[in-house]
Amino acid sequence: MNSVTMTANKTTDLPTVSDRLAKNAMRHASERIIEMLLFAAAAVSVLTTVGIVYVLVSESINFFQNVSIVDFLTDTQWTPLFDDAHFGIMVLISGTVVSSAVALAVAIPMGTVIAIYLSEFAKPKIREIAKPVLELLGGIPTIVFGYFALLMVTPLLQKIFPELPGFSLLSAGLVMGIMIVPYIASLSEDAMRAVPMSLREGSYAMGSTKLYTAIHVVVPAAFSGLAASYILAISRAVGETMILAVAAGMQPNLTWNPAEPAATITSYIVQVALGDLPHGSIGYQTIFAAGLTLILITLCFNILGQWLRKKFRENY
Amino acid sequence: MQIHDNPTLKAEARNLNFYYGEAKALKNINMPIYDKKVTALIGPSGCGKSTYLRSFNRMHDLYPGNRYEGEIRFFPDNTNLLSPDVDPIEVRMRVGMVFQKPNPFPKSIYENVAYGLRVRGENNKRVLDDKVEQALKGGALWEEVKDRLNDLASNLSGGQQQRLCIARALATDPELLLFDEPTSALDPIATGAIEELVHELKKRVTILIVTHNMQQAARVSDYTAYMYLGEMIEFGKTDEIFIKPNDKRTEDYITGRMG
Repeated sequence: MNSVTMTANKTTDLPTVSDRLAKNAMRHASERIIEMLLFAAAAVSVLTTVGIVYVLVSESINFFQNVSIVDFLTDTQWTPLFDDAHFGIMVLISGTVVSSAVALAVAIPMGTVIAIYLSEFAKPKIREIAKPVLELLGGIPTIVFGYFALLMVTPLLQKIFPELPGFSLLSAGLVMGIMIVPYIASLSEDAMRAVPMSLREGSYAMGSTKLYTAIHVVVPAAFSGLAASYILAISRAVGETMILAVAAGMQPNLTWNPAEPAATITSYIVQVALGDLPHGSIGYQTIFAAGLTLILITLCFNILGQWLRKKFRENY
Repeated sequence: MQIHDNPTLKAEARNLNFYYGEAKALKNINMPIYDKKVTALIGPSGCGKSTYLRSFNRMHDLYPGNRYEGEIRFFPDNTNLLSPDVDPIEVRMRVGMVFQKPNPFPKSIYENVAYGLRVRGENNKRVLDDKVEQALKGGALWEEVKDRLNDLASNLSGGQQQRLCIARALATDPELLLFDEPTSALDPIATGAIEELVHELKKRVTILIVTHNMQQAARVSDYTAYMYLGEMIEFGKTDEIFIKPNDKRTEDYITGRMG
């Protein structure tokens, strides 16, 4: 290779081969450094995840040496700090499931309808204003939503249902649903706008209306994106903490009734983490067992989301 | 413009102008469309042939800033398709369209063909089954798909998808069928199948077809119109246009000296 380059360059003022090799080596070194920096950045996030899982799993193993998994899954009481301690995670899961279900019952229909409106019906001017406003709603700190639920929505609901207690899963769930609406609306709108115009034209050419086209062509074509937004919404609802801690009450309560107060997995963790439990005590270890349960639930939904995306990928 | 025999008129453009915002895309077009005949629109890119075609089913109404002037009369009822009093949905119920790129809906083969019928409120399973079968036969696709009507339409090949789109348009018995370069995304064999189909279809429906391919126009059409820069330069029987065009510009185009 050397001889080839030598014979090719007859002019003497060109850099010699060794010069250029030196430059190459320099460039090589700086490339290496950049590559290492990028790798380090990626590694930090991966290692953090690994670290979190490691802590959760190792502390949970300690926990499960004291409490059997069967009790953990089947016991109907959650009283880890009492003398007569019970560790039935279903109590906390029920609160999480009920509040999430209420939130999704609000957020999925509302978010989807808003997305259909913005993508298919709204004039560009309205969309330009509405979308940023909607996304602003997603930027409000959840503690603010929590107090909104406690001080505005609960009294309002109590006017309709006088028996409703001051803390309830219903009120917290409704507000949590409103909080999630922008995520669904924004992501679903992106998915629907990505549906090619030629598909809509095909539908209009068949004599269908805008609404018929939106429901029968655009929504099915954008389904993988819609599913992804719903899954994200579920993960948000399951992991949401402050609204529930503030407005749903924190007493563990095995219930499927949204009109009751109950603790969720997240609000329990907040409650215990704020108290002063001795490190290594069984009460302290429950946080990790609860946290692990939470991660497993969201993991399941993420896997479901991946599967849905794959299954319904770009039907158009 | 010498038409010796006088077939029935199906539609007629009268002093048709069209504007994309400020830009005038069609200039004073007058042209007859004859019943149960194939009329081809040829001309170089950007000459307005697709714009003209899409006026027949009011596709331009979907986008803001578009404006029509003049009339497209539709017979036998002598309706002006472009009149603001005429609902574009009514127009599209009578005028079907097949697009350049096959655009099946994300549904099964069966539901694609049944789509237009369902839009029209038909939900009787037996009627739908019957019409879907007839339309797929009309689109020369029945034999290939009759055992997998519930498969997703996107699993079909490009040529099959385009025939599915034709069947979809046929299912509702349109009076006029618009083809916007229906074979430009297809290989020669699939193209041949579509051309044969067009030939077959003119027994039952009037066809207006935009094509970039002059051989195709010569093969499938009874009448040909040559358009250039938004104007209708020449209209006549396909044989006459291709053998001895009256206008120099038409001759330059069809002999390949221009365009």
